[in-house]
Amino acid sequence: MAGVSQPELRHVGLNLTDEPREVREQVESDVFGFWVFLMSDAVMFACLFAVYATVRHATAGGPTAAQEFKFHSAFWETALLLTSSFAYGMVSISMKHTRGRLWIAVFMVLTFCLGAGFLKMETHDFITMFHDGATPERSGFFSCVFVLVGMHGFHVFSGMMWMIVMGLQLAIYGPDQRTKINLIRLGLFWHFLDVIWVVIFTVVYLQGLIR
Amino acid sequence: MTFWHILLGRLTWTSIAFVRTWRDPTISGIIGGGAAAVAVGGAVVVLALLTYLRAWRYLWTEWMTSLDHKKIGIMYMVVAGVMLTRALIEAVVMRTQQAIAINNQGIVAPAHFAELFTTHGTIMIFFVGMPLLIGLMNYVMPLQIGARDVAFPYMNSISLWLTIGGGIMLMASLVIGKFSTGGWSGYPPYTELAFNGGVGPDYWIWSVSLSSLGALMTGINFAVTVYKLRAPGMTWMRLPLFTWTTLCTSILMIFAVPPLTIATLLLAADRYLGMHFFTNDLGGNMMNFVNLFWLFGHPEVYILILPPFGVYSEVVSAYSSKELYGYTSLVIATMAIAILSFTVWLHHFFTMGQSAPINAFFGIATMLIGIPTGVKIYDWIWTMFWGEVRLNTAMLFSIGFMVTFVIGGMSGIILATPPVDYMVHNTLFLIAHFHNMLIPGMLFGVIAGYYYWFPKAFGFRLSETWGRRAFYCWFFGFYLAFMPLYVMGLGGVARRSQELFDPALRPWTLIAEFGALLLLTGLACIFIQLYVSIRERHSTRVPVGDPWDARGLEWSMSAPPPEYNFATIPQVSRRDAFYWRKKYDGAYQPADHYRDIELPKNSMCGILVGMGLTACFFGFVWHIWWLAFLGFAIALGTAITRSFMRDVKRIIPAEEVAAHDRRWLDRAAAARPISRHLELTPENEGLAKWQG
Amino acid sequence: MKISPSLRADFLTYLTGYGLAIVLTGISFAFVFYRLLAPEAVFAVILFLALIQIIVHLRCFLHISLKQSSRSDLQLILFSALIIALMVCGTLIVVLDQKARMM
Repeated sequence: MAGVSQPELRHVGLNLTDEPREVREQVESDVFGFWVFLMSDAVMFACLFAVYATVRHATAGGPTAAQEFKFHSAFWETALLLTSSFAYGMVSISMKHTRGRLWIAVFMVLTFCLGAGFLKMETHDFITMFHDGATPERSGFFSCVFVLVGMHGFHVFSGMMWMIVMGLQLAIYGPDQRTKINLIRLGLFWHFLDVIWVVIFTVVYLQGLIR
Repeated sequence: MTFWHILLGRLTWTSIAFVRTWRDPTISGIIGGGAAAVAVGGAVVVLALLTYLRAWRYLWTEWMTSLDHKKIGIMYMVVAGVMLTRALIEAVVMRTQQAIAINNQGIVAPAHFAELFTTHGTIMIFFVGMPLLIGLMNYVMPLQIGARDVAFPYMNSISLWLTIGGGIMLMASLVIGKFSTGGWSGYPPYTELAFNGGVGPDYWIWSVSLSSLGALMTGINFAVTVYKLRAPGMTWMRLPLFTWTTLCTSILMIFAVPPLTIATLLLAADRYLGMHFFTNDLGGNMMNFVNLFWLFGHPEVYILILPPFGVYSEVVSAYSSKELYGYTSLVIATMAIAILSFTVWLHHFFTMGQSAPINAFFGIATMLIGIPTGVKIYDWIWTMFWGEVRLNTAMLFSIGFMVTFVIGGMSGIILATPPVDYMVHNTLFLIAHFHNMLIPGMLFGVIAGYYYWFPKAFGFRLSETWGRRAFYCWFFGFYLAFMPLYVMGLGGVARRSQELFDPALRPWTLIAEFGALLLLTGLACIFIQLYVSIRERHSTRVPVGDPWDARGLEWSMSAPPPEYNFATIPQVSRRDAFYWRKKYDGAYQPADHYRDIELPKNSMCGILVGMGLTACFFGFVWHIWWLAFLGFAIALGTAITRSFMRDVKRIIPAEEVAAHDRRWLDRAAAARPISRHLELTPENEGLAKWQG
Repeated sequence: MKISPSLRADFLTYLTGYGLAIVLTGISFAFVFYRLLAPEAVFAVILFLALIQIIVHLRCFLHISLKQSSRSDLQLILFSALIIALMVCGTLIVVLDQKARMM
């Protein structure tokens, strides 16, 4: 059975072949624990998607999805987020192949900026919708849009805060074991948010814009 | 915005229970004020006592900041004990009300009665059932799999303090403000702002959120522990059954809590931000809440039932001195129940109006769960068959469970038939049914496990006499309290009724009242048992650590265990590892060499995060925004600061481990092995004689 | 700076993932923008593309594979997918049925 006997060394971002068994096991359970958290988070998003599907037409005479969703901004938001994910991949590679703090820092700043760009566009969308009277108080449909998309945005924001914390830890401790584990977890988190976004742009934005 | 409004939010003089009682000195008001007085008085007495005994430093360094899974487990049980006492007293008040209030107002007003059944349910599920089981799992599971601690000890401490925070909020609601009147399930639209503008539903939302957050973290923690920290050789099919049920329960917590989080979060969004998820107008749909709530609620039932199934498996096997019958079938049954529990949630709202085929599907899925459960009952019976059964307290509770649980299961099958459910839904029949599952299924199991593992945790046995008295009270109390409810429910009496109108019901309500009092006596017996056992501890010590001639790894070290659990991590070669070691004289042997052991240092971060979030949520309830912000900042700041700490482990030197182990082995060598029929006598020092 | 083969392999994995993700996203958007099919069919297609893209992300960014070494993660993800499917499909069937019967 999978589990204790064979520690897993697959994580891009960490070279553990030379470490003692306890360290490897520690890393393994730390990262696996984070996976479990992510899956629990995925169920949370799944519930929101289910609710969204049931209130899709509950616009209560107010603005509709087709009127409020912007095709182009949804596309560019997606592009920004995907690119930021790729940039974080470069952080992981720099860490695994010990390219030093500089490269890690450069790519992390890049990821952060792309994430910030995504959030800026999303906020702009929200503000436009507010101006049109498509507020969360207006209808069950927009309550759900704002909570679902906002929840994802909040996750992105948390991820960015986490990047700042990790940047400080890198500056202080360098890539030691704890920092590395947390950078791996942050990577999982960031890539996971992409997966959620794929569902959001498909189910929320594109579905709303299908004519 | 006045200064006071910013400082205190919605809090006013009339929020205080005593002021309300002063202005409204009816019986109902006095009962409410009395409860508040007990809460405040209890807190004051405890604090004063701790100060008088100068126990603060000890409590802080040894317990509150401890990351040791064993101590955290014990703290969970203590908290649950306090909450259980409150919720059981509330139950007695409710039964008294229904016994008196036949064509009169009785002793508690309708709103007060609604508060009582809401807090009773919320507490029993979130602050009694879950903490009791999490406590037990925390203590026992790492010992059973040969681990030094859980995978994330710091997160374990956060979980504990979040749960305690939720408990504190429930206690605070007795004194400041009022709790929800919307039942433990808090259905909107009744709990929406339009119908319930007060703090009640907010208290419910945020206290449940604290508990569910804690449970989610515990689930992650335990699942990873079982997955990754098993001793070498402890393969899946060698895991003790209790560990299996712990794993399944953890999986249920991981996947079932998120729907609840979403349900409460969206309700909060409605109440705080004016959104329309579950409102009557503007596209809200309250069915979504009901659906989400039971997506959580049904697996929750199995979160509460599965660990006791594990306890019964251990207890029945140990006190029958037999290998567990049908181990594989028990594992499969446990997994089957865990998966099936995600496919039956709709049976909680058969009457909400979906098409008949959907009801039929969920009805059949519900009945299917009866099959693996039946398998388990047969396995336990066959385990006892021709075994050397000792009918002590734990076994009495186990057998009492088997008989009673089967009856409850039968009524469950009845309720799972949609047309019948249409007749009896929302009646006392349902109340009788789920108490019939949860009291034997959960509480009896916890008591049996408490009796079974107590000597391991504290080094002395519990009083048998008081244990038996407790059993008789719980067992007969249960039947007297709930069988009349089946009768009344079939007669059509609605649940949550503050007043009844048919004098013919009086005999039944009186019997139920007597049963409730008997149950309260049963709880008193449990506390007396603890007191008596502590007083008599010198004659019941079992320092060698194996008082029941049991089979799992948790019995292979001293009682109480050292903080690092195992001097050397055991190598497991088959199921019931300790039993086989005893057989082949491998037990009580020194290790070849001892190594330094690394353990987590104590940390006050857990308590800071937990109490910070509690303050934050309390601020949300009362709209005290500065407090909410401050509490959140404390919690977040602590979590971030902690991530910068590198010096979080301490080393226990090999010599110290070796010395402790040697002392224990000497003690074992000096002890006289006793046979099983002497295990309840003072002769029992925790060393069992080999009897095959 | 020397580029080792394993670095190159890791880089290619990410690059492949990124390329595929962009292409799949582009196709999805194109289907909606140019109204290539009937509305229901478009929705089916973009749902399918989203599923593929999720698998691409899992494979290339999150490094989940069929190899023994990531088996427990894979098991976890598959189990989660099962639970999510149960919850989402169940919710849709139940709540939409209730809704239909109220109309």
